[in-house]
Amino acid sequence: MTDLHPDDARPAAGADTPAAELRGITKRFGPVLAVDGVDLVLERGTVHAVVGENGAGKSTLMSVLYGLQRPDAGAVLRNGRELRLRSPLDAIDAGLGMVHQHFRLFGSLTVAENVVYRAEPGRWGVYDRRAAEQRVTELAGRFGLDVDPSARVDTLPLGVRQRVEILKALHRQAEVLILDEPTAVLTPGEVDSLFAVVRSMAAQGTTVALVTHKVREVLEATDRVTVLRDGVVSARLETARTTAGEIVEAMIGRGLKPAVNPRGAVSGEPVLEVSDLRLAAAPGAAGVHGVSLQVRPGEVVGIAGVSGNGQREVVESVLGLRSPDGGSVLLHGQDLAGLGVRERRGRGIAYVPEDRPGMGTAASLSVADNLALGHHRTPPLGSRARLSPRAVRAQAGELVRRLGVKTAGVNAPLASLSGGNAQKVVLARELHHEAPLLVVEQPTQGVDVGAGEEIHRLLLDYRARGGAVLLVSYEISELRALADRVLVMLDGVVTADLDAADATEEVLGAAMVHATRPDDGSSRAGS
Amino acid sequence: MDVFTLAFVAAVLTSSAPVLFAALGSALCGRAGVFNIALEGQLLCGAFTAVAVSWWTGSAWAGVAAAVVTTTVFSGVLALGAVSWRADPIIVAVGMNLLALGLTGFLLRELLDATGTFAPTGLAGLPDLDVFDGIPVLGALLGGQTLLVPLALLLAVAASLWLNRTSTGLRLRGVGEHPEAAASLGVSVTRYQHVTVLLAGALCGLGGAQLSLGNVTAFTENMTAGRGWVAVAAVMLAANRPLLVLGACLLFGAAEAWGFRLQGVGLPQQLTDAAPYLVTLIVLVASRLRVRRRLRDVDPVAAVSAAHPEAVVHPEETR
Repeated sequence: MTDLHPDDARPAAGADTPAAELRGITKRFGPVLAVDGVDLVLERGTVHAVVGENGAGKSTLMSVLYGLQRPDAGAVLRNGRELRLRSPLDAIDAGLGMVHQHFRLFGSLTVAENVVYRAEPGRWGVYDRRAAEQRVTELAGRFGLDVDPSARVDTLPLGVRQRVEILKALHRQAEVLILDEPTAVLTPGEVDSLFAVVRSMAAQGTTVALVTHKVREVLEATDRVTVLRDGVVSARLETARTTAGEIVEAMIGRGLKPAVNPRGAVSGEPVLEVSDLRLAAAPGAAGVHGVSLQVRPGEVVGIAGVSGNGQREVVESVLGLRSPDGGSVLLHGQDLAGLGVRERRGRGIAYVPEDRPGMGTAASLSVADNLALGHHRTPPLGSRARLSPRAVRAQAGELVRRLGVKTAGVNAPLASLSGGNAQKVVLARELHHEAPLLVVEQPTQGVDVGAGEEIHRLLLDYRARGGAVLLVSYEISELRALADRVLVMLDGVVTADLDAADATEEVLGAAMVHATRPDDGSSRAGS
Repeated sequence: MDVFTLAFVAAVLTSSAPVLFAALGSALCGRAGVFNIALEGQLLCGAFTAVAVSWWTGSAWAGVAAAVVTTTVFSGVLALGAVSWRADPIIVAVGMNLLALGLTGFLLRELLDATGTFAPTGLAGLPDLDVFDGIPVLGALLGGQTLLVPLALLLAVAASLWLNRTSTGLRLRGVGEHPEAAASLGVSVTRYQHVTVLLAGALCGLGGAQLSLGNVTAFTENMTAGRGWVAVAAVMLAANRPLLVLGACLLFGAAEAWGFRLQGVGLPQQLTDAAPYLVTLIVLVASRLRVRRRLRDVDPVAAVSAAHPEAVVHPEETR
C-alpha cells in the first residue's frame, strides 16, 4: 500500500495554502472506529476524489468537514486557519457547501425558492421573486447549469434537482463543494453534464471534493485521489498518473478479478419468447412499439439503453405487472397472457427489480422474512394459511452462509444491510428455487466494487447451470462482461441486436442515442 | 327560497366567520408541518373566555382581547406537546378538545353560576359596524356584522400574501415541507412551528369570541357544536391554501344559513342543523373520488413506480 505523506501529493512548485484541509481526523461510533487519523488536503481549484468502499469512512470524513459530525480528534482547516464547526451552518459561513446523496429540496417550491431559501433577496421581508430568479439564471449561466428558475422542483428529473442543490451552495458563496456520491442517481447523460459543471467550477476556482466508489468517475473527472480503506488512507494518487487497477487495489486491498462471461455456443428451445410486444405510451410510462426477443437456456440477453426507453415496460410485461396492448409473451412455448404475477413466478420466472428498496425488498422486515417473500406459500416455508418461522429462519441461515451476506443475523432488519448485501439477499431469494428464467434489472446499482464482482459471479454461475437471464442495465461495462447478446432499446424499439463480441462501447453508445425510429424515421432528442 | 339576496349572503358571512378564523389558523399550522385539529376545543375556550370577561368588565372588546390571550395560552399545550415533546398531534388535539369541553362546562357553573346556557340581560355583545351604512352593497353585507367578520375575510387574504410573497412565508412553507432541509439551512423549525401554533390559537380566540359575542350574545355548553371539525374539513379540502380555505368556509357557512331558512319552511330543526355537516361529508367524499379517478387514469404500476422513478431511495450509504 502506498501511504504517502500528504505533502507529497502537492505540486512541487507554487504550493499555496490549500482551500481546505483535514488533519489527523479520528471519529468513533461506539466500538467502531470509522476514521482513524486521516489527513486530506483539498488544493484550491482542483477536483479531489475521495474514494473507498461503503464503510471505508468517506462519508464520515465528509460529515466532519461539513460540520455534521464532530471529530474525536483532529482539525479542520480552511485557507490555513482552523475552523470550529458546531453545525453545518458554521461550515456554510466558512464557504463550504455540500450536496448530499439524498437531496434536501422542497418539492413544492420552485427552483429559485429552493436556491435562495433563508438567503432571500428582497426588502422589508417581502420576497423578491424576480431578483431571486435572476440570481439563479446568472449563477446557472456562469457554471453551465441548465435550469428553469421558475419550475417546481418536484416536476424535475433527478439530474436537474442535483443542479439545484449545487446552485444552493453557490448562492451561499461556497468555495469548497462536497459532492457525496453525486452520480448514484443519474443517467449516463446526466453524469456527463455534471462532470462538465464540476470542471467549469474548478476552472473558476471552486474546490470540489467528489465522494464516490466508482473508479471510472475518478479517472474521468478528478485531479487527485485519496483512497480510504477501513478508516485509514490507503493511497494518495494523482489521477493523471494512476490506473483503475491501482485505485481498485487500494480500495479493496487486492486486485479485482472481474467475472466475465466465458461465452460459447448457446442452443436449445427459447425459455422466454417475446413477440411484437406493443404498449401505448402513457403518463409516466414509455411506449413499446413491437419488441421481440428470445432468451435461451444458458444465455444472458442484455438490454442496453438510456433509462426510460421502454426497458421497464418490457420487463413489467414479462412479469405480468403490466398488460401489453399487443404481442405475446411465451415461457417454454406457453402463452402467459392473462396470468398474474404470482402465477408467472410459479411457472418459473424469477425477478430482481431495479427498485430494490421499494419493490425488491421490505426494508423493515428481517433478512429471513425477505428471503422467504414470494416463497412463503410453498412448503417447507409454509402453506396456504400457515407460515413456519422456524423453516424460514433455517432457510435464511443457510442462504446467508452460502452467499456470504454480511449481516448481524437473519433476524436483523433488511434496512441494516449495505446495498451490496441487500442485493445479495434479493438474488439469493430469486435464485434459490432455480427458476428457469431470471429477469434482472441493474443488478449492481448502489453496490460496492467487491460485492458487484460477487453478484456478477452469481449471475454467471446461474447461467452456467442452464439458467436464462434477461438483464437490463444502464452500465455498458456490465453488459459487456455478462451478456451473450445485447439488444439496444431506444424510444420503445430495439435499435440494435448484437453479439457480445460486436457490442463495443462505441457501437452501443451510438445505438443508445443516435438511432432513428424505423417506423417513422423521427428521432428523439436526448432527455 | 331567497338564496341570492344580499341578506342571505350577509347571513353566510356571519355563519362562516368563526369557522374561517379557526380554519386559517389550522391551515397555517398545516403549512408549517403541524397537524392542528384542536380547533373545536380552542374555539370553545375563546367563546367562553369572551363571554365571561365581557360579563365581568362590561366591555365586549375586553372579552375579545381576553379570548385571544387565553386561547393562545391554551394552544401552548399543542405547541409544547406536539412540537417540543414530539407527541402525536392528533392525540394532543383530542385531549385539548375534551379538556375544553369539560373545563368550560365546569367553569360555567363555578364562575358564572349557570348551567347549560349563560345569557344574562346586560351581557355586552360586539357592536354592529356602522361605517358602511348608506354604501349600496357593502352596507347590506357588512352593516349588521361585527368588526371581526370583515377582519376574518381580510386575514384570509393576508395569510395568502404572507405565505406566498414574503421571506418568512417562504421559510414557513419550507419548514412544513421538509424540516430537515430547512434546518440544514439554518431555519429553526421548532421556532416557526411554535409561533404558528400560537398564532392559530390567537385566531381561534377571535373565532370563539365572534361565535359567543357576535353571532349570538351568550355562552352555551358545547356551543361550537362541531364547527371546529367543519373547519378541519375545510382545511383538508383546501389543502392548507388560505384563499381556498375561505371558499370552503363560505360554502359551509352557506349550508348553515340555508339550514336556518329551511326551518322557516317547516323542516325539523334536527334535519336542518345537519346541513353543514352533510355538505362537509359530500364535498370531502367528492374531492376524494376525483383524486382517485385521476389516479386510475394512469396505470397503477406507472402511478407508483414509473411516474416517480426519482422517488426511489438508494439506502446503500445510510447506516
